[in-house]
Amino acid sequence: METLRSSHSATNPRGGRGARRWRQLASPPVFHGVAGQLVPWFAGLAAVFASAGLVFAFGIAPTDHQQGEVYRILFIHVPAAWMSMFLYLVAALHAALGLVFNSRLSPLMARAVAPTGALFTVIALWTGAVWGKPTWGTWWVWDARLTSELILLFLYLGYLGLVNATDDPRRADRGGAILLLAGAINIPVIYFSVQWWNTLHQGASIRLTAEPTIALPMLAGLLLMTVACWAYSVAVALARVRCLIAERERMEGRA
Amino acid sequence: MLSAFTPVIGREVLTAARRPSDALGGLLFFIVVASLFPLAVGPDPALLLSIGPGVVWVAALLAVVISLHRVFQPDLEDGSLEQMLLSPSALGVIVSAKVVAHWLLGCLPLVAVAPLLALQYGLGPESLLALLASLLLGTPTLALLGAFGAALTLGLRGHALLALIVLPLCVPVLIFGSSAVSAAGQGLPVGPQLSLLGACLSLSVFLCPWATGAALRLAVE
Repeated sequence: METLRSSHSATNPRGGRGARRWRQLASPPVFHGVAGQLVPWFAGLAAVFASAGLVFAFGIAPTDHQQGEVYRILFIHVPAAWMSMFLYLVAALHAALGLVFNSRLSPLMARAVAPTGALFTVIALWTGAVWGKPTWGTWWVWDARLTSELILLFLYLGYLGLVNATDDPRRADRGGAILLLAGAINIPVIYFSVQWWNTLHQGASIRLTAEPTIALPMLAGLLLMTVACWAYSVAVALARVRCLIAERERMEGRA
Repeated sequence: MLSAFTPVIGREVLTAARRPSDALGGLLFFIVVASLFPLAVGPDPALLLSIGPGVVWVAALLAVVISLHRVFQPDLEDGSLEQMLLSPSALGVIVSAKVVAHWLLGCLPLVAVAPLLALQYGLGPESLLALLASLLLGTPTLALLGAFGAALTLGLRGHALLALIVLPLCVPVLIFGSSAVSAAGQGLPVGPQLSLLGACLSLSVFLCPWATGAALRLAVE
């Protein structure tokens, strides 16, 4: 790997040292090593922030005067919902980079991020349902927020299904990238469109934090949990991309 | 450049005329699905009136989706898809012609039959007009998105994957289309929904042939 890195920089005289180092990261073997060093750091970060966040969530944050203790599910529900949408955009960005620059790493990154995004979408839907039962009296309401999140899950599943059903890696990468981008166009459309649909179920308590402000310990817990989820996503995506890189290397070695 | 447009459509129409059962399958599916709902939810007229727009639209969407795998599959099998990719005409033009042909053969019959089904659900004249307008504006978008999904999944195992990919992309069309019909039934203006359907169609006309062409090249490589 060291030889590969030095030969790469020798053939690339343009740009400063920093720029050269960033560009080298697009090379799967180099990134494999870097990711291996980063995974434990982000995993540790996730554990530390999650512990601190849980202390705030269950210890320090006061009981909500309207919902009682049930509101505490917000500490996982809201970060999961944020991550589900953010990770789709991250995957779509990597897909676009792969299509435009034809880089080898980008489609693997998109593929590594997507399962985590799908997982967070499921968590957001599931915790939302568990939250909804005691507060709204129902597991599911067809309102804008819930429906768009469900569609997001279908988009993730469609992408994962397509990528896994395609044997040819090049076709899987590029086809999956085109589909991710098509879905990204759809996300805001879905989000706004549902306002026209089923107006009876609109309004009221989509957001349970619709109180003017939330207490400071609640906000701190929420932010800590968000950072924890973010670090977890990075750690898992990097660990997964290492597997994908190794798998791809083996496949190309055999071909 | 455009010289390939009409011959491709002509070829599709000729193929369909020689095997009419293929082309009529989607239409029959549409009628059967829409007729199953009153049996399942009960024949209460008020209930049927309220679910009618959605049922007709969902049935139309499903009918479009089940016939999608045939858009490019026969061409891939007999080698004419490779000829299309090699031909000097722009791939986008050929793809557009295929989609237009698919719409003429698979979707236009649905639009023609939809008022009959809507009458079964007791929809009034305003709703009928809105249904026709929304289907005329919406089904081309469904055909474009469907062709994109068909190209992405061409030659892959499993038709369920095609539905999984296409159906989420079709959600906006479904929402605007059925809400236009519902709004007309309540005496509300349908202009906003129809404008949004038109916007979806414009966006798809602009992007889908390109994406479909890229997916086809990947499938044949």
